[in-house]
Amino acid sequence: MTPLSILTQALELIAALAAAPLFLGWVNQCRAWLQNRSAPSILLPYRNIRKLFHKDAVVATNASPLFRLAPYVVFGAMVAAASIIPSMGTGLPFTRAADAIALVGIFATARVFLSLAAMDIGTAFGTLGARREMMVGFLAEPALLMVIFVASLISATTSLPAVTENLATRDLTIFPSLAFTAVAFTMVLLAENARIPIDNPATHLELTMIHEAMLLEYSARHLALMEWAAALKLFNYATIGFALFVPWGVATGMSGPGTLFASIPILGIKLIVAGFGLALIETASAKLRVFRAPEFLAVAFLFGVLGLLVRLLLGA
Amino acid sequence: MQNIPFDLQLLNLCAALFLLLSFAMLAQRRVVSLVGLLAMQGTLLLIATVLLAWRTGENHLFISAALTLGLKVLLLPWILYRLIRRLNVYWDTEPLLNIPGTMLIGVLVVVFSFGLAQPISALASTATRSSIGIAVAVVLLSFLTMITRRKAMSQVIGFLSMENGLFFGAMSATYGMPMIVEFGVALDILVAVLVLGIFFFQIREQFDSLDLHHLESLKETAPDTGRKLSGEEK
Repeated sequence: MTPLSILTQALELIAALAAAPLFLGWVNQCRAWLQNRSAPSILLPYRNIRKLFHKDAVVATNASPLFRLAPYVVFGAMVAAASIIPSMGTGLPFTRAADAIALVGIFATARVFLSLAAMDIGTAFGTLGARREMMVGFLAEPALLMVIFVASLISATTSLPAVTENLATRDLTIFPSLAFTAVAFTMVLLAENARIPIDNPATHLELTMIHEAMLLEYSARHLALMEWAAALKLFNYATIGFALFVPWGVATGMSGPGTLFASIPILGIKLIVAGFGLALIETASAKLRVFRAPEFLAVAFLFGVLGLLVRLLLGA
Repeated sequence: MQNIPFDLQLLNLCAALFLLLSFAMLAQRRVVSLVGLLAMQGTLLLIATVLLAWRTGENHLFISAALTLGLKVLLLPWILYRLIRRLNVYWDTEPLLNIPGTMLIGVLVVVFSFGLAQPISALASTATRSSIGIAVAVVLLSFLTMITRRKAMSQVIGFLSMENGLFFGAMSATYGMPMIVEFGVALDILVAVLVLGIFFFQIREQFDSLDLHHLESLKETAPDTGRKLSGEEK
C-alpha cells in the first residue's frame, strides 16, 4: 500500500461523496433544458440535503429500530461501493475487500434494507414500493451479473480495478460482446436508479412510483441520507459504466501522481457526457407500465447473455 | 486473440449484429418494421460479403455481394412493402408465446446451435469459421420466428431471414457457394416471394384475413358451422 494508492482511494471517495449530488443536479438540468423548461439550479440537490439535515426528524410511533437503522446501512453500502469502483485510478487498497460480484451483493444489501424499512411502518404505499423494487431488482441483478461476467471473461479477473486496468492498457480492439453488454448495462442503470422507462424520479403520482414510494415515511436527516444515497447510487453506476466500457484516462498501476490528477477532469468530462446522454434517453422514452418492466429487463438480460455467447464463440 | 486483424474484427462485429437482428425480428410485432429489419439484415450480409471478398481475394464473392444488394437489400423489401400496403396488414396479432418467453427460448436455441456448430467449425479451415455457429443460430431463430407467428406475412419474412442465415453460413464455412447455386437460390427466392404474394391475395379472398390458423382445418366447412355442430353434440 503506497502513499499514492491511499491518495487515490481518498480522492475517489471524496469525489464520489461530493460530486454525486452535483451529477444528479446536472442530469435534472439537462432534462429541464431538453423539455423546454427553465432549469433548476445545478446545486439544488445540495441545498435540499442541507435543508433536510437542519430539520427535526419525525418517526412514526410504530417504527422499529430497523427503520432508523436503514438509512445508515443504505448510505454506508453506497459509500462502500464507491470505494471499490475505479473512477480515477486502479491502485485502490480497498479493492481486496470485494470484487465485482460482491459489488452486486453490496447493492443488493442496500436494496433489501430499503425495502424492509419501507414495509416496516406498514403503510400501503411503502409496501407497494418495496414489492415493485424487489421485482425490478431480481430481474436487474442477473443482467448486471452477465455484464460483469463478460468483462471478467475478457480480462480474466473479477476484480473491478484489474478489469479496468486490463481494458485500458490493451490495444484498441472492437469487442461486439462489450457493445452488447454496454446496452444491457444502460438498461440496468435506468431500471436500478428509478429512471424513466421504469420509474419517474420526478413524480409524486402514487400509482406509478417505485423509489419515491419507499421514502414517503422518512423525514429530515434520514431522508437526507436516503436521497444522498440515491445520488451516490447513480454516480456509482455511472462510474461502473466508465470502468467497464470507457476505461481510458484512468490512472493505471505504473503511472505517477500526474496521471491521477489528469484523470480528474477526464472523469468530469465523462460525467457531463453521460449525464446528458441519460437525460436524452429519459426525454426520448415514455414510462412503461409496471408490468412491462419484466419485458424491458428481459431484453437487458438477453443482451447480456448474447454478449456472453458471442464472447465464448467468436472470442470477440 | 490479442492480434485479431482489423477486418476480421469487423467481420466478427457483422456476425454479432446479424445475430442481434434475428433477436430483434423475434421480438418485433409490427410487420412493417420486420421488413425494415430484413433489409438491415441484407445490408449486413452485403457488408460481410464485401469484407470477405476483399480479404480473401475471391472475386466471385463480389458478384454475390452485388446479387445481395440488388435482391435482398432493395428488391425484396420493396416488394414486401408494396404487398403490405396493398393488403393493409401493418400489425401481426399477438404471437403464440409472449415476447420474453420467446426470447428465452431463443437464447436456448443459440446455445444449442453454438454447441452444434463447434465440431463443424473445428473441421473448417476458413478464417471466419467461428461464425458458423452464428449462422446456424440465425437459421434456427428465423425458424422460431416462423413458428410463433400467425400471419402469413411474418412467416414469409421469417423464411427470407432463414435464407439469409444459410447464405451467411455458406460464406463463413466455405467462402460462398458455387456461382450457379447462388444464382439458382436467388432466382428461387425471388419467384417464391412473387408466388407467395399471389397466394396472400388468394388467402385473403378466401378467409378475409391472412391468419394461417384458418388453413389448418381440412374440410371445406366454414369454421363457424363447425362450432355449431359441436354445440349440437353437447
